[in-house]
Amino acid sequence: MAYQPDRSQYPQKKADGTLDIDLASGKYLKLWQGPQHPGITGNMAIELTVCGDEVVEGKTHVGYLHRGFEKLMERRTFMQCFPIVCRICVPEPDFNEYCYAAAVEELAGLEVPELAHWIRTLILEMGRINSYLMYLGGQAGAFGQGVIGQWTTYVRDLMLDRFEELTGARIYHMFIIPGGVRDNLPEGFAARMETTLQEIESTLGDVERVMFHNAVFKKRAVGVGIIAPELLDSYGITGPNARAAGVAKDVRKDQPYLVYPELDFEAVTGKDSDIYTRADVRRRDLLLSIDLIRQILVKMPKSGAVMTKLPNVLHWKIPRGETYIRGECSRGEYGYYLVTDGSGYPRRVNVRGPSYTHSIALFERLVVNANISDVAALLVSLHTYPPEIER
Amino acid sequence: MVMQALYDTLKPRFLLGEFTKQRDDLAFITVEAVRLHALLRHLRDQEGFTHLVLLTAVDWLEDGQFQLTYLLNNRAKRQDVGLRVLIARDNATMESIHDLWAAAATYQRELREMFGIDFPDSPRLHEDFILEGWQDIPPYRRDFDTLKYAQENYRDRPGRETRDPAQHMKQQLYGED
Repeated sequence: MAYQPDRSQYPQKKADGTLDIDLASGKYLKLWQGPQHPGITGNMAIELTVCGDEVVEGKTHVGYLHRGFEKLMERRTFMQCFPIVCRICVPEPDFNEYCYAAAVEELAGLEVPELAHWIRTLILEMGRINSYLMYLGGQAGAFGQGVIGQWTTYVRDLMLDRFEELTGARIYHMFIIPGGVRDNLPEGFAARMETTLQEIESTLGDVERVMFHNAVFKKRAVGVGIIAPELLDSYGITGPNARAAGVAKDVRKDQPYLVYPELDFEAVTGKDSDIYTRADVRRRDLLLSIDLIRQILVKMPKSGAVMTKLPNVLHWKIPRGETYIRGECSRGEYGYYLVTDGSGYPRRVNVRGPSYTHSIALFERLVVNANISDVAALLVSLHTYPPEIER
Repeated sequence: MVMQALYDTLKPRFLLGEFTKQRDDLAFITVEAVRLHALLRHLRDQEGFTHLVLLTAVDWLEDGQFQLTYLLNNRAKRQDVGLRVLIARDNATMESIHDLWAAAATYQRELREMFGIDFPDSPRLHEDFILEGWQDIPPYRRDFDTLKYAQENYRDRPGRETRDPAQHMKQQLYGED
């Protein structure tokens, strides 16, 4: 006989559709997960109302990390904004640099050299690998598999070495500058990258056997946290969260940018839309990024200019205009909306991070009726980073 | 071309304003506030613009107006359209679109807090989003002076020299003047 949950204790809905939760009745309990909690992604908190061990309501709280980037940029010249933007997303900062640079270039009418496009694509794919490696560790960790995080952190560190030799920095690279990129690839980079990629592939093989074939992981991740495909548009769902639901939403294919039209690939999709499928889509997307990096290193021009000539950046004024630039980051659609007013400062910069909708509207819907023990895994499976919510 | 054709078709029905083609796949259209909801519904249900990419505001302080930008994406046709709505800065109010896209409620909550724009009937609009117990004017408005606020509310760390970045860079590049 199918399990029949006891709904007699459940709160009634008020006239305005909100739940009538009487904490004094003793039926419900408020639980805070975060802002310091192993089961939370970064600096945010979720306020859970539980009945027994089942969640009846969840609210996402952000604001622990607000640094006011968008406002800061209104007081800075276009070039001064460049070192700020990468700090909006820690684990995958390069999309901020790319989107900002491309928006400025479009409004200022700058042509970027072809080689710079290739190097930008390379960096974005390297960043995607790092972000997915961090995610895999987090997703396994949410189910108590600590060792996966140790393995992926090791290979991520190898990729950080490649970032360091290319850009001089490990986390905030500040390499994709308006007008191009700061430098060409160092000598012997492709060979060292190949060694790193092989190491990552080998580790991913281990991860697949230990994590994806693990009975506990399967039991707890399969069929949990399902996102119905019809929610995608209403909740602004993009990236692997949408692709796991069977919709091949991938900006790299849908509205190709940089050199993606010259690369041979298909968007990775799944069909079950649960935590397990989302993890598997990301693992396969990681393998795709490895393949794309190999293609880029073979196909890219070996020499050429990487930077266009900029006007005097101290007196750089950009004519009035507005534009939107998007890219497919590891979590979904990342975009910059830039408005200029003819002065030397941006009028408005708005950052569209995929976590904005995933971790608030979508998560608050998915968490209802979840078991407390699944909340951390559910949140991690949406792959959210709080800094892009509160720019 | 696609966007121009769409604009020409919809212009008489929704009395559309200025059309700005930014790229082949991106255009901005000015719309009156009262017609926005119907236009959004039409674009979503009839024209395939099913994805609300973002909703944000631009403060045109000198004109006494806020510009609300609703950016929609049509994935099948690879097109984006940005709808610009200009509303008065004083007692700024706009119709809520949470009934069209559930995710819009979050954007509206943030806009109420950061710009002071009211969206009547939007769910949980008055709950704190990022700021807690904020008493000052909404901080993303252009007339909110971040420097003045910081000087009034925080102390400088002793032993720390700060320079005006523009002056400092000038000195670095061109020397003493």
